Amino acid sequence: MSSVSRQHRPAPPLGLSRLVLTGAALVLVALLLLLPLAAVFVEALRKGWEAYLAALREPDAWSAIKLTLLAAAIAVPANLIFGVCAAWAVTKHRFWGRSMLVSLIDLPFSVSPVVAGLVYVLVFGAHGWLGGWLQQHELKVIFAVPGIVLATIFVTFPLVARELIPLMQAQGPEEEQAAAILGASGWQTFWRVTLPNIRWGVFYGVILCNARAMGEFGAVSVVSGHIRGQTNTIPLHVEVLYNEYQSSAAFAVASLLTLLALATVFIKSALEWYRDRSP
Amino acid sequence: MSLATTLPAPLLRAGKTPPALPGLHLTLGITLLYLSLVVLIPLCALVLKTFTLSWSDFLAAVTSPRVLASLRLSFGAALIAATVNAFTGLLLAWVMVRYPFPGKRVVDAMIDLPFALPTAVAGISLTAVLAGNGWIGQFLEPHGIKVAYTPLGVVVALIFIGLPFVVRAVQPVLEQLNPEIEEAATCLGAGPFACFARVVLPLLLPALITGYAMALARGIGEYGSIIFIAGNMPLVSEIAPLVIVGKLEQYDYAGATAVASVMLIASFALLLLINALQAWQRRSSGDLQ
Repeated sequence: MSSVSRQHRPAPPLGLSRLVLTGAALVLVALLLLLPLAAVFVEALRKGWEAYLAALREPDAWSAIKLTLLAAAIAVPANLIFGVCAAWAVTKHRFWGRSMLVSLIDLPFSVSPVVAGLVYVLVFGAHGWLGGWLQQHELKVIFAVPGIVLATIFVTFPLVARELIPLMQAQGPEEEQAAAILGASGWQTFWRVTLPNIRWGVFYGVILCNARAMGEFGAVSVVSGHIRGQTNTIPLHVEVLYNEYQSSAAFAVASLLTLLALATVFIKSALEWYRDRSP
Repeated sequence: MSLATTLPAPLLRAGKTPPALPGLHLTLGITLLYLSLVVLIPLCALVLKTFTLSWSDFLAAVTSPRVLASLRLSFGAALIAATVNAFTGLLLAWVMVRYPFPGKRVVDAMIDLPFALPTAVAGISLTAVLAGNGWIGQFLEPHGIKVAYTPLGVVVALIFIGLPFVVRAVQPVLEQLNPEIEEAATCLGAGPFACFARVVLPLLLPALITGYAMALARGIGEYGSIIFIAGNMPLVSEIAPLVIVGKLEQYDYAGATAVASVMLIASFALLLLINALQAWQRRSSGDLQ
């Protein structure tokens, strides 16, 4: 979140209430966030490094990693282009239905991932709207890679736009208008005025979108069909291993996603630190 | 600072209204096309499919005991978890904004973890911690408190998933709060508690409720983290999204659609509520800075 004018106030004295509240907050973070995080790595290494690496080298794990990378490589750029276009349209222009459009962009956040998967089954599945046509042309969407990509796009749809809209709203259209008055074309205005102003927002939107795309479970699980070595992504592979009571292998694969999540939150934090120091 | 105000006056006077920026048709076109293809048309498929069911079929599918129990669990657990998160979120936001302590940046970064950690990973690791032989579970089980594989586990998973929503909604408002308001209250004789309850809290309320509604919306639809910890006993610890998945696996598309449409209506209602709340928040924060 951007804070335009942080109010400066002296730190309150080191009283009882401050100690109690800070202590309570730290205990809460430790119990609710740190313990589960530590559990992933402890469980993953329960059978030692050899077993850990073996779980990651397994062919099914490899194909899951490749499929996850592929889905993210399509979903993230698609949502990036959409997010920048949507943010430009709703923050630099006024038109009828603008606030409704902003609400609709948020819609995938409040739809259950399972419902998201279901709607694609209803459109592309064997009994769906396009099912017959797809079968005639021997195309497969559901229980195949295109369905997984679509479900991933749906779930991560608002992330880049959500990051950029408040940022560009706060900046207002004045700088772009000045550029236009001085004779810049639309593209020049975007590349030289808008993009430098929003680059950190774009970057954070992309890494968050990427983390969510690689970690999506519910929506992808509905459309994937769980074919081992073909339509399993990393989170689905974790589920398969876990349900087969290969607990430490499941946690070993899960630790990859945990490292990704940790990298994501710390990059975000570093960006904020950098932004606060160089306004 | 806006550049326009620093431009030489004649440039601004030339056109009284600022020029319209280019690119509206292109960007709006891409936005609407992509939104329709990815989100709106597929959701319409669900709505239309629901209308092909007869009213009695729909009612029969939605009011079967197993479905009712799952809806009650999904909505009830999400309500409880969001309420808990309103308190914990307020506490965390308060401490993060008001009290300096070593390692604060790390804690602040960690609060975003539930946003970035895949739900399936959250599910299996919470289960590992809370199971009878887990780090926390081993202390709770002798006292007769079972968390993993019970509805209580569902609530704990949702508290984890919903933690950042209230913190991230309240934190910026608290940061922007004008310190003079509190100084005035203190000068007028309010103690620290009265100052918080009667001056600060009402100002935070719009943001707090917005975060609450977001955590609620996320909790109602949550699937990945819950199915590992819930045990998934029909009528006891089976959530509504899992019922949809179960019906799909039995090729009961009509039943799955009926349950999904109930959840979709809840999503729409909460989305409208969140939007109204955000408008309220913008108005009330506009008054106070």
